[in-house]
Amino acid sequence: MRFSVYRYDPDKDSKPYMKDYEVALEPSDRMLLDALVRIKALDDSLSLRRSCREGVCGSDAMNINGRNGLACITRLADLKEPVELRPLPGLPVIRDLVVDMSQFFKQYHSIKPYLQNTAPAPEKERLQSPAEREELDGLYECILCACCSTSCPSFWWNPDKFVGPAGLLAAYRFIADTRDQATSERLDDLEDPYRLFRCHSIMNCVDVCPKGLNPTRAIGRIKELMVKRMV
Amino acid sequence: MVKRVVVGAHYGLRDWLVQRVTAVVMATYSVLMLGIVLFQRPGNYGLWKGLFVQQWMRLASLLFLLSVFWHAWVGVRDILMDYVKPAGVRLVLQVGVILLLVAYSLWSIQILWSIA
Amino acid sequence: MSLPVRKFDAVVVGAGGAGLRAALQLSEAGLKTAVLSKVFPTRSHTVAAQGGIGASLGNMGEDSWLWHMYDTIKGSDYLGDQDAIEFMCRMAPQAVYELEHFGMPFDRNDDGSVYQRPFGGHSQNFGERPVQRSCCAADRTGHAMLHTLYQRNVRANTLFFVEWMALDLIRDASGQVLGVTAMEMETGEVWIFHARATLFATGGAGRIYAASTNAFINTGDGLGMAARAGIPLEDMEFWQFHPTGVAGAGVLITEGVRGEGGYLLNKNGERFMERYAPTMKDLASRDVVSRAMATEIKEGRGAGKEADHILLKLDHLGAEVIEKRLPGIREIARKFANVDPVKDPIPVVPTCHYQMGGIPTNYHGEVVVPRGGEHAAVVPGFYAAGECGCASVHGANRLGTNSLTDLLVFGRASGESVIRYLRENPGHKDLPGDAADLSRARLARLDGQAGGESVHEVGAEMRRTMQAHCGVFRFPDMLAEGVRRMQQVAARAARTGIADKSRTFNTARIEALELDNLVEVAMATMVSADARHESRGAHDRSDCPKRDDVNWLKHSLWYKDGSRLAYKPVNLTPLTAQTFEPKVRAY
Repeated sequence: MRFSVYRYDPDKDSKPYMKDYEVALEPSDRMLLDALVRIKALDDSLSLRRSCREGVCGSDAMNINGRNGLACITRLADLKEPVELRPLPGLPVIRDLVVDMSQFFKQYHSIKPYLQNTAPAPEKERLQSPAEREELDGLYECILCACCSTSCPSFWWNPDKFVGPAGLLAAYRFIADTRDQATSERLDDLEDPYRLFRCHSIMNCVDVCPKGLNPTRAIGRIKELMVKRMV
Repeated sequence: MVKRVVVGAHYGLRDWLVQRVTAVVMATYSVLMLGIVLFQRPGNYGLWKGLFVQQWMRLASLLFLLSVFWHAWVGVRDILMDYVKPAGVRLVLQVGVILLLVAYSLWSIQILWSIA
Repeated sequence: MSLPVRKFDAVVVGAGGAGLRAALQLSEAGLKTAVLSKVFPTRSHTVAAQGGIGASLGNMGEDSWLWHMYDTIKGSDYLGDQDAIEFMCRMAPQAVYELEHFGMPFDRNDDGSVYQRPFGGHSQNFGERPVQRSCCAADRTGHAMLHTLYQRNVRANTLFFVEWMALDLIRDASGQVLGVTAMEMETGEVWIFHARATLFATGGAGRIYAASTNAFINTGDGLGMAARAGIPLEDMEFWQFHPTGVAGAGVLITEGVRGEGGYLLNKNGERFMERYAPTMKDLASRDVVSRAMATEIKEGRGAGKEADHILLKLDHLGAEVIEKRLPGIREIARKFANVDPVKDPIPVVPTCHYQMGGIPTNYHGEVVVPRGGEHAAVVPGFYAAGECGCASVHGANRLGTNSLTDLLVFGRASGESVIRYLRENPGHKDLPGDAADLSRARLARLDGQAGGESVHEVGAEMRRTMQAHCGVFRFPDMLAEGVRRMQQVAARAARTGIADKSRTFNTARIEALELDNLVEVAMATMVSADARHESRGAHDRSDCPKRDDVNWLKHSLWYKDGSRLAYKPVNLTPLTAQTFEPKVRAY
C-alpha cells in the first residue's frame, strides 16, 4: 500500500516535504495505525504520537487524505491510495506528524474544566437522577484529540481567542451537570464575541469527531441558555 | 514584541440574536414580496407605485431594509474581526461601516417616503 | 558535564489514575510537586479501563467491605497481603464517593445513587452468589475517571511536565531515593529532577506480550528504572490474561459484558463455563475463565475456521441495554471485529491485560525491600502506586474492577505517605556525584551506536518469546528455554541502534529506551515463572498442577543483579479482620 507522509525535522530540514512509502501489509493490519507501525519499523525517523490503538486516548489524531481522524480507528480498506498523511492543520508542527497542542489545551483549561460546587460534600454520593445523568451523554466522552478544533476555520483564524469546539463541548458538559453550581459564571465567561460567538455553525467539528459527538449542538445549547437567561 | 490576548468583552449574545431575528424579518418580507409578484403580478410602474404608496408597505420595506443593514453590520464586523488584526485600523473601518449603514438607513426612509 | 537540576518537594512519575490521584493530594497540600508523564495525562492507559470501580457501596443490595475483602483474597489465590487488601476494600467506598464529588459521571439508579453492575469474582456473603459491586460510567469508566482526576488537578494547579520521559532513578550510597533523570521529548534535553520524595505511578508493562490489551506506552518504565537501581520486582510471574480480548486485534472487551448478562460459547454453542464454575459461571475470576477458554480451544472446541477463538454472546440483552450500558463495546466490536453485537457474538480470546506484580510496597505505598533480617524495610523517599506497585492486593490474580480501586486508594494513600514523610524530613539531601551517570551512559551509547540491533526486531522477538513460553498455560521445558531466549534478547537489547539521531521529538530514541525497560520486566517474568513450581492464580504449570501452600505461599522477588530470586512471606494478618486461611478455590 502506498503512503505519502508529511515530513519535517527542524534539526535537519529547512522546510517540510512529502515522503512516499510503499509497505507490504499483513492480513492482520486493519487500521491505518497498523500501517504506520510498519512504516516506523522501516524508517525509525518518522515521528508520531500513538498509545491505546483503540480510539480512546486521542493521541494519534492526524489529517488523513485531507480529513482529520484517528489513525487507530481509520480502516485501511476505506482509504484512497496514495494515502496522504499530514499533521493536524492549524497548530504549529514540532516534527513530522507531531503538532504542538499547547494552544488547544490552553483553550480547554480556560473554561475551568472541573466541577464547581461549594456546598459541603455529603457523606455519600451527590444524588443525580438517571435523566439528569443522561444530560451528560454525548459530552463527557470527548477524548481531547483535537480533530474538531483543528478542522474549524474559526479556530484556525483565532486560536488564541476562540475556545473552539472541544473546549465549548467541555464547557457545556459542566453547565449540563446538575451537580455544578457555576452555570451563571460559565455563561458570563463565554458571552464574548470571540470565546463563543466565533462559532458560525460550520459543523466541520461534527463531521470529523471520531467519537461521533456533536459540539455544534452543545454550543447551540449554551446559546439557548444565554437567551433564556436574558429574556 | 509582547502579544497580549484580551478577551472578555461580554457581548455577543445580543448580536447573535439580532442576526437570527433580522434573518426572520428578511425571510418573511421576501416571501411576502414573492407572493405579491406571483399573485398580483404588478407588471407596470403604476401598479408598483400603487403598492408602495400604501403605508404598511412602506413600513414593511423599511423594517426589511433596517434588518438588512443591522444583519450586515454583525456580519461585516465578524469579517473585520477575522481579517483586520490591528485594533486601530479595525476601529476606523468599523466606524466607517456604521456611518455608511446609518446613512443608508436615512436614505432608505427618504426613498420610501418620497414615493407619491 | 553534569546535567541541569530542577528541585521539587516531590516528583510523581506517571499521570494515569494513581499518579493523578497522588498528585492531587500533594498539590492540595501545597507541596511543590512535579508530575512527569510520557503522554498528556488523559492519554494514560487508565483511559482504556471499561467495566468499573469495585466498592461495597451496597446500592444494589446488601454488601460489605469484608465480603469484598474475601473475594479479593480468594481471587488472589491467597497470595495477596491481607493487610493491604483489607485497607483497600475498607477505603474503596470513600474513594468512590470522593471521585463522585470531583464530578465523575457515574451511571445512576432511579433513586439517584450510583449504579453498580455485577463483575467476575465479586460475591455476596463469602462466595454465595454474584453481587453488584462495580461502580461504572457506561463502559467508559476509566475514561471518565481519568478525565475527572485530570480536571481536579487542573483545579488544584498541579504542575505537569507533559511528554517528559523519566530515564533512571537516583539513589545515594545509603539507598535513599533522591529523584529521577528525565528527558523532554520535544527538545531531547535531559534534566535531573531532584526531589525529597519520588513516587512512581508508571503503570504496567503489558507490551512484553505479542497479544495484549495494553497501550503502546505500557512499557514498564518504572519497573525498569527500579530494577536498574537495585530494587527487586515482586511476583512478576503473575500476568492476567483477560478472557475477552477481540480475537486478532487484542482490544479489550469489558467483563461488564458478562456482568450485564452476556456469556461465552464454544463452537457447539455450549455455555461451557457452567462446567468449569457451576456457581459463578461466566463471572468466575479471570484466571479461571481464561484457562477454561484456552482449554476449550486446545481441545478443539474453539469457534471460527481455525477453531481458535471463543464467542461472546450478548445479543439477548437487547439493543437498548447494549446502547445504554455498553455503547463503547458495540463501537469496538463493529470497528475491530466487524460484528454488531446487537445481532452477532464477538470473537474473543484470552489476552494479556494486567501485571499483578511490581515494585514491592506496603499498604502506605512506601517501597519496601529485604534488608538485614527484615523482609520489608522501607526505602526512604521512594513510593509506588497503581499497576507498577505491588502492595500486594492482587496476589496471583486480580479481580475485575479492583485495578481502578487500587489506583484511587493507593494513589491517595501514597500521596498521604509522602506528605507525612516530607513533614518529618525537611530539606534536600545532596545529590551523589554519579546521579546522572547511568542515564548519560545509556543515551551516549544510543547516540554513538553504529549499526546495532533493530529496536523493532528485538522487541518483536521478546514479545514472541513471552507469548510462546510464558502464556496462559506454562510448561517446564518451555519456561527453561524461555529463560535462555530472554537472555539472548537482553543481550541484543544492549546493542540496539537507531538511525534517527535527531534531538527533536525523537520517538526512535524513546522506543529504544522503552525496550530497555520492557526487557527487564520480561526477564523478571520469565525467571520468576520458571522458578515457581506450583500453579496459583494466573501462573499455571503443567508439571505442578496444584497450588502448594507449604512451599510456595510466598512472594517472589527478582533482582536484576545476576537475575537472582529471593522470597518473602505473604502477610496473612489483616489490620482488624480475621485471617482468611487458604482454602480450595472453586467458583
